[in-house]
Amino acid sequence: MIDHFPLWPPGASTMAPSVDALFIFLTLLSVVMTVGIFAVIIVFLAKYRRRKGVDATPIHGSVVLELGWSIIPLMVFMLIFAWGAVIFFQERTPPRSSAEVYVVAKQWMWKIEHSEGQRELNELHVPVGRDVRLIMTSQDVIHSFYIPAFRIKQDVLPGRYTMEWFRATKPGTYHLFCAEYCGTMHSGMIGDVVVMTQPDYEAWMAGKTGGTMASSGSDLFQSLGCVTCHRADAQGRGPSLVGIYGKPVLLEDGRTVVADDNYVRESIMSPAAKVVNGYKPIMPVFQGLVTDEQLNSLVAYVKSLSQPPAGTQSAAADTKSSPKE
Amino acid sequence: MATAAVSAERETYLNKEYGIRSWLLTTDHKRIALLYLASITLFFFIGGFFALLIRLELLTPAGDLVLADTYNKLFTMHGQIMVFFFLIPSIPAVLGNFLVPMMIGAKDLALPRINLLSWYLYIAGGALMLYAMVEGGVDTGWTFYTPFSTAFSNTHVVEAGLAIFIAGFSSILTGLNFVVTIHRMRAPGMTWSRLPLFIWAHYATSIIQLLGTPVLAITLVLVVLERTLHLGIFDPNLGGDPLLFQHLFWFYSHPAVYIMILPAMGVVSEVLACFSRKRIFGYAAVAMSSIGIAVIGFIVWAHHMFVAGISLYAALVFSILSYLVAVPSAIKVFNWTATLYKGSISFATPMLYALGFIGLFTIGGLTGLFLAALGIDVHVTDTYFVIAHFHYIMVGGAVMGYMAGLHFWWPKITGRMYPEWWGRLAALIVFVGFNLTFFPQFILGYMGMPRRYWEYPPEFQILNVMSTAGSTILAVGYLLPMVYFMWSLRYGKVVGDNPWGAAGLEWKTSSPPPTFNFDETPEVTWEAYNYDQIPVPEEAWLE
Repeated sequence: MIDHFPLWPPGASTMAPSVDALFIFLTLLSVVMTVGIFAVIIVFLAKYRRRKGVDATPIHGSVVLELGWSIIPLMVFMLIFAWGAVIFFQERTPPRSSAEVYVVAKQWMWKIEHSEGQRELNELHVPVGRDVRLIMTSQDVIHSFYIPAFRIKQDVLPGRYTMEWFRATKPGTYHLFCAEYCGTMHSGMIGDVVVMTQPDYEAWMAGKTGGTMASSGSDLFQSLGCVTCHRADAQGRGPSLVGIYGKPVLLEDGRTVVADDNYVRESIMSPAAKVVNGYKPIMPVFQGLVTDEQLNSLVAYVKSLSQPPAGTQSAAADTKSSPKE
Repeated sequence: MATAAVSAERETYLNKEYGIRSWLLTTDHKRIALLYLASITLFFFIGGFFALLIRLELLTPAGDLVLADTYNKLFTMHGQIMVFFFLIPSIPAVLGNFLVPMMIGAKDLALPRINLLSWYLYIAGGALMLYAMVEGGVDTGWTFYTPFSTAFSNTHVVEAGLAIFIAGFSSILTGLNFVVTIHRMRAPGMTWSRLPLFIWAHYATSIIQLLGTPVLAITLVLVVLERTLHLGIFDPNLGGDPLLFQHLFWFYSHPAVYIMILPAMGVVSEVLACFSRKRIFGYAAVAMSSIGIAVIGFIVWAHHMFVAGISLYAALVFSILSYLVAVPSAIKVFNWTATLYKGSISFATPMLYALGFIGLFTIGGLTGLFLAALGIDVHVTDTYFVIAHFHYIMVGGAVMGYMAGLHFWWPKITGRMYPEWWGRLAALIVFVGFNLTFFPQFILGYMGMPRRYWEYPPEFQILNVMSTAGSTILAVGYLLPMVYFMWSLRYGKVVGDNPWGAAGLEWKTSSPPPTFNFDETPEVTWEAYNYDQIPVPEEAWLE
């Protein structure tokens, strides 16, 4: 017990140093403020101890001091706000070329599926230096996907997707915790995040069986009959799904929404919620007919319809920002 | 006149009538305050007992003392009892009830029967809560997050929800009573700018109770309806939205923190002024900062939800607003510190608690700055960092304030003094025990230990052992006053009307006061805290 007594968490993502920097700044600020206030109080207590024949001096206050100790803290607070907001902005903006991993939470386990088709339970294997975006949903209650070593956390909700992303920087095995109370074995809903070097990761990946998520999504797209209406040539009763992912979609009621993961999900589970302009709300509801894992595969498939054919993918990701679309 | 008063035993609110009926049917605000005192003390020790069991379980990484389900029920009921049945009523319903009318020169609260009704509602809610407990308890966490509470928990969610619903009305009625009383019942000359800061704090608190509590009540009713009738409000499987619950819950439960802390701030202002023999530095700033906290406190709730799935921009807005609410709190700390300057300071027990309050509240407030910073909150929310932070505010702040007030006004309430030496010892024990219990939890939180964990990885053990050790010290610190307060009822030294030489109308009447507080309505011609006009009494405990 004694030989293993850390006071600081390991830092293993690009986010960790930024969060730690602000945390250390705030800690120093707090120590200075606490020591300062305590010192002033102790000096006053000692100096103005009650003594016979010495009365208190009546003082009403000071407008200058009041303004000073309102405005200066406010300015310091705004600085902290801005600093915290900048970090948060990074935490909430995954790079476009991130690898995607789907997470399905349920009492009390984490089911993880890489878009390449690799599946794991309560473990997440990732390579060093790659941006990874987690697309997460829950089958039951609210959970929270927390990796302390990466300084990131995001609640995982039933009925929708939430996201978080990271880029690991140091190989090793790190804690994965559920951070939102979820029932009896909440504290057992833990796992390992294994950060591997690129060769190790490739070797690990090579051990997989079966196709990619997009290909199993494609199979589902056939077997569930989606393909009869959502034809690639835009002649079907439903809109063509080719190239729509990530693009704005005009709805029947005049609104425009971006066809992101949550929109695709919602359009499968409750198709009448946001119908594309020019189409009738005739699609059957798939809520209860597909599992969360199948849904993830379908979303991955719809996404794949918006990506260049295999082989050019990595080339496209390397060219910095290609707005020509 | 004086000789007549000495020969016959003077009539007070305590000896005017005897018997259980005279207490259970009383409309005297002072007796109702004592009814509350007895009942919240009971709940404090029940909630504290649960806390000790939680700490004992966490002594080792393995879940080896109680079952996982039992542990979940322990922290749930610890939270529900401490928040709704101890902290929220603590200072307002006991000290506020006793003192608000006396401090403004009134004979009673404006609505004495409503005041009694609010105690009965509290007792009804408390009884239902105890029923839910002995029937098997609740395991949702005090936060009742959906859809866990409405569709997955197999425990007594409905009973606990209704218990808190009922107790909420007690809180609403107390707030209503204070607002009406402070507006309508002030003695001649008691203008708003002459009100003690304790009154300003209770006025601000009452507004939160009035406007916030109904939202919690509605939310809990919706939880009960979804759970019993499967009405789809919060459960996505029924077409509901689980985040809607969190918004509604925190719309009350964040301001609820100010229901706990503002009255404590009021107590601290009274005590600091008395024991440094000075008017509070920047009276107007301290009074207005209470109102400022109450108002801004209503628009910061979603800072509990930065990782819950709210939008980036919503998070930015709630982060900046949270920093705004920190300003009035900082103003108070600076003004209290400045009050000591050129004072004539003595260190009786209430002053020790008040100084302890300033220290612990400062740490609690500063760690709030960490949590309001979005980038840091993502890492530390739902960890022990949050637990440590809010215990510094609620226990280090609110409970220290309550203890300061209880000691300060004990001679007024009972006519007898508590034993000063024991009082100081207990204050010291509480301070040490508190810091040992909760400071290690800041470190645990930054290391990543999630809250509400029955088992934890072994590298967190040493800090947990420290925390558990602290909690046993803290328990001693809370049991001591319980013992010596009881002892002092019979053996405490009988004191005069104003043993501290304190300003404030409550000290101008006898101890214990007569039923209608003042023999004749006082007329106020002086500012609050006119300590330059009041001599220091020669009584021993002031030294």
